[in-house]
Amino acid sequence: MKRSRNTVRAFVLPALVIAVFIALWAGVWKAGVFHRSAFPSPVAVARGFAAEIASGRLFNDTVTSLYRVTCGFLLAVAAGIPAGVWMGQVLSARLAFLPVTNFFRNLSPLAWMPFAILWFGVGDAASIFLIFLSVFFPVVLATMAAVGTIPLVYFHVADNYGLRRVEKLTRVTLPAIMPQVITTLRVTAGVAWLVDVAAEMIAGRDGLGFAVMDARNGLRTDLLVVEMIVIGIIGVLIDRLLVQLTTVPSVRWGYES
Amino acid sequence: MAGRLELTNVSVAFGAVEVIRKLSLTISDGDFVAIIGPSGCGKTTLLNLLAGFERPSAGSIDCQGQVRMVYQEDGLFPWATVTENIELGLRHIADRSERRRQIGELLKVIHIEGFEHHYPRQLSGGMRQRVELARALAGGSDVLLMDEPFSALDYLTRLRMRNELARVLSEMPRTAVLVTHDIEEAAQLADRIVVLTQRPARVRREFRISTPRPRELTNPEVVDAMGRILDALDIGSATGPK
Repeated sequence: MKRSRNTVRAFVLPALVIAVFIALWAGVWKAGVFHRSAFPSPVAVARGFAAEIASGRLFNDTVTSLYRVTCGFLLAVAAGIPAGVWMGQVLSARLAFLPVTNFFRNLSPLAWMPFAILWFGVGDAASIFLIFLSVFFPVVLATMAAVGTIPLVYFHVADNYGLRRVEKLTRVTLPAIMPQVITTLRVTAGVAWLVDVAAEMIAGRDGLGFAVMDARNGLRTDLLVVEMIVIGIIGVLIDRLLVQLTTVPSVRWGYES
Repeated sequence: MAGRLELTNVSVAFGAVEVIRKLSLTISDGDFVAIIGPSGCGKTTLLNLLAGFERPSAGSIDCQGQVRMVYQEDGLFPWATVTENIELGLRHIADRSERRRQIGELLKVIHIEGFEHHYPRQLSGGMRQRVELARALAGGSDVLLMDEPFSALDYLTRLRMRNELARVLSEMPRTAVLVTHDIEEAAQLADRIVVLTQRPARVRREFRISTPRPRELTNPEVVDAMGRILDALDIGSATGPK
């Protein structure tokens, strides 16, 4: 009973907030606080939405952006986790690569934009490259840190029960770091999405980021808002998708005391 | 295979810190030895030597049989279920159905049926410790090394776990080495008590307890043994002169 009431509230309350927000927006528009050409009405945005869906452009741009963010993200994770494990386990690897990794981690991936365009031209590759850079270094550092904090007792147990090298990796190291790695994936997936939009705004011919710039160039503030809404919703959905990883039974220990 | 451990003139030093000095100790098959000493005296180092995690600086160690360690707490893999954890001890058995059978048997011995697919975090401290014990007993191991196995439990659970351990060992006899600072635990469980000195650790005193297990905490020989341990640790005066 109480549970179902809370479920209802979880839908009704946010819906109310959104309704109030749209009402305020309409009020500001009506009052003419900003010039009409710089401030679209909710109705104009709704019409823009319908037009963008009907033309298929919104769908195509969404697919393009999702393709890029997926490629860049997966490549970075596939490379970053092994690199992080290696740096976490081998002291000389850590000593050698940690300063460089920290450097690139703190260098905004957007600063690579000119080179990305020079090397890969305008299109998928440039975006994927930038997304890769934005995800790879944080994943390496987080994985390395997670490996470093695995309690020694687990490796003693592994030795005691005769686990071999590869088994220690698959049955101790990887499961032990998984909760922290999943948390990092959630954070970096968010970053990847931000970077993808930014990359497309500058180095794109398509994708949602390009659509934003295109709307701006055409002074279509209604479409600008349409793209913003879609970008925000997809960002939330990506996180909702990754949060599912935390429900796997063998990682729950990392999130509960 | 029988479990037998022999340390001959073993010394361990970490840099300038001498932890163990010329310690000799023989633990024969079926022995239950409790090793007691002041904190920081090198008890855990001694266990790590016996488990093979550390090498002595001098002297020799001869370990025969399959040696397994039982930890204070959280030695179980938190990402693995009860069954998966116990299965670690049965890795050498190729036949899956035979492994299942043995796991079932162990679960019965430690009274934890119905929890085989639970994760350690879903169990109480005492249950976790029993699973840890089952894992160490699995696959016909010979020697149990226990590093303050019940120190993380509350007092009453600790008392219960001592009886459990005595009962399990009567069903599945093993050579056992218990390192502890809990003199009650030592006196109630062990057949041989070894009291170590302050660091660097040597054997300060050694004696036997012959009352068969399970022993009441109030058994005269247990009470007497506690007095002798306190005495050997130089804190006996608190309980009056003996």
